[in-house]
Amino acid sequence: MNPINIIFRRELAAYFSTPLAVVFIVIYLMLTGVFTFYLGNFFERGQADLQSFFAFHPWLYLFLVPAIAMRIWAEERKSGTIELLLTLPITMGQAVIGKFLAAWAFVAIALAGTFPIWITVNVLGDPDNGIIIAAYLGSLLMAGAYLAVGVGVSAATKSQVIAFIISLLLCFIFTLAGFPLVLDAFSSWLPGGVVDALASMSFLTHFQSLQKGVIDLRDVIFFIAFIGAWLYACALIVDARKAD
Amino acid sequence: MIEVESLTKDFGLRRAVDKLSFTVKPGEVLGFLGPNGAGKSTTMKMITGFLTPTSGTARINGHDIQTAPVAAKREFGYLPEGAPGYADMRVMDFLEFAADLRQLQGDYRQQRLQQVVADVHLEGVLGQKIDTLSKGFRRRVGLAQAILHDPKVLILDEPTDGLDPNQKHEVRRLINSMAEDKIIIISTHILEEVDAICSRAMIIAQGKLLADDTPANLAARAESGRLDDFFRDITAGGLS
Repeated sequence: MNPINIIFRRELAAYFSTPLAVVFIVIYLMLTGVFTFYLGNFFERGQADLQSFFAFHPWLYLFLVPAIAMRIWAEERKSGTIELLLTLPITMGQAVIGKFLAAWAFVAIALAGTFPIWITVNVLGDPDNGIIIAAYLGSLLMAGAYLAVGVGVSAATKSQVIAFIISLLLCFIFTLAGFPLVLDAFSSWLPGGVVDALASMSFLTHFQSLQKGVIDLRDVIFFIAFIGAWLYACALIVDARKAD
Repeated sequence: MIEVESLTKDFGLRRAVDKLSFTVKPGEVLGFLGPNGAGKSTTMKMITGFLTPTSGTARINGHDIQTAPVAAKREFGYLPEGAPGYADMRVMDFLEFAADLRQLQGDYRQQRLQQVVADVHLEGVLGQKIDTLSKGFRRRVGLAQAILHDPKVLILDEPTDGLDPNQKHEVRRLINSMAEDKIIIISTHILEEVDAICSRAMIIAQGKLLADDTPANLAARAESGRLDDFFRDITAGGLS
């Protein structure tokens, strides 16, 4: 069996070995419901689609994904098991990818738990299910991007609280990177090229068309490249700080 | 064979390990002795590839830990300091996880799992989560994980720390029983342990090798003929 697969299975099982997994999934599902029906005006809109459901995903992930990601490496370093893991015959890349995929699969399970809303909208009307499937895929991709940030930050500290707060901050910047709220904070002191690059990494912008069911290859490539870059950084951070 | 070549590690300005070189041959049980902070654990962390040396390297059965880490890591079993284990895993799941990452398969996997569980007496706790175990049991789980794939090289960082006298005796007996054809490196600051199991002892202080001989010969160097007197003579205050 491939080491990535072995690590993936251990990590995923670890989520469900504590009440954390259930608590997280319940909170996630409750909040999606609240946002969709109260803030998104699901019924009042009178449209047979899930726009009001997907529109809030970036904001949910912003808080919930760093909470999943914070323990991934921080706990490993704090408890010393990192020394055990990294002296077993595996590569750093296998460890980083295995752990990331397990967390991503966990988010996917939580996301899959929202299926009743999909059934609801099909009962109430006649939505375009192709759009909904595309939006689900887009949402999962975006969750992966949030997760990749969180995993990288988790590797830099032993404290899960610090990991949570810093990844929350970074995720907030990436969520709104294309908007004045974030750009104004950087445009005065960073060179224009860097600000433009930051603006182009806005999750919200890249998710915009995906949630409407438009699978633009550029958005997909953006999220995949973003995940890859952060995982690479994560491997470097783990390597540099594992023994501190 | 383990070949350590001028292994050096700096932490900032402090030199934790200073150009350590030695080789260990099969059949040898090498005891790393030294006061706390002498560089014993740091040296083991570098040999096992957890820490990257500032300079120098180590080869395990011909595999360089820096250039061929995965091949080198297959050769040894390692018990890290403090015997860490995944707190939320049950003992058996943890051992199976290690067995999988060691690529043990089929009947051999089952046979080895049963063997190590019997060797370190884990029968009663297989279903327990690791964070509910006592210190002694945790150390035994770490030991089980290290010997699981019947490695040719065993590197054990304070294997008997926190064990009661009976457990210490058991672990020493286990190490003795494996000593014949393996390379075993243990670190300890319990000098009686060196007498009991080591065929060779290295005394390290402030990252430097101070003495390297059989325990009996080292003991003979002290006026009293006792190993602990010799240890004190050469490590106390760093005066000699």
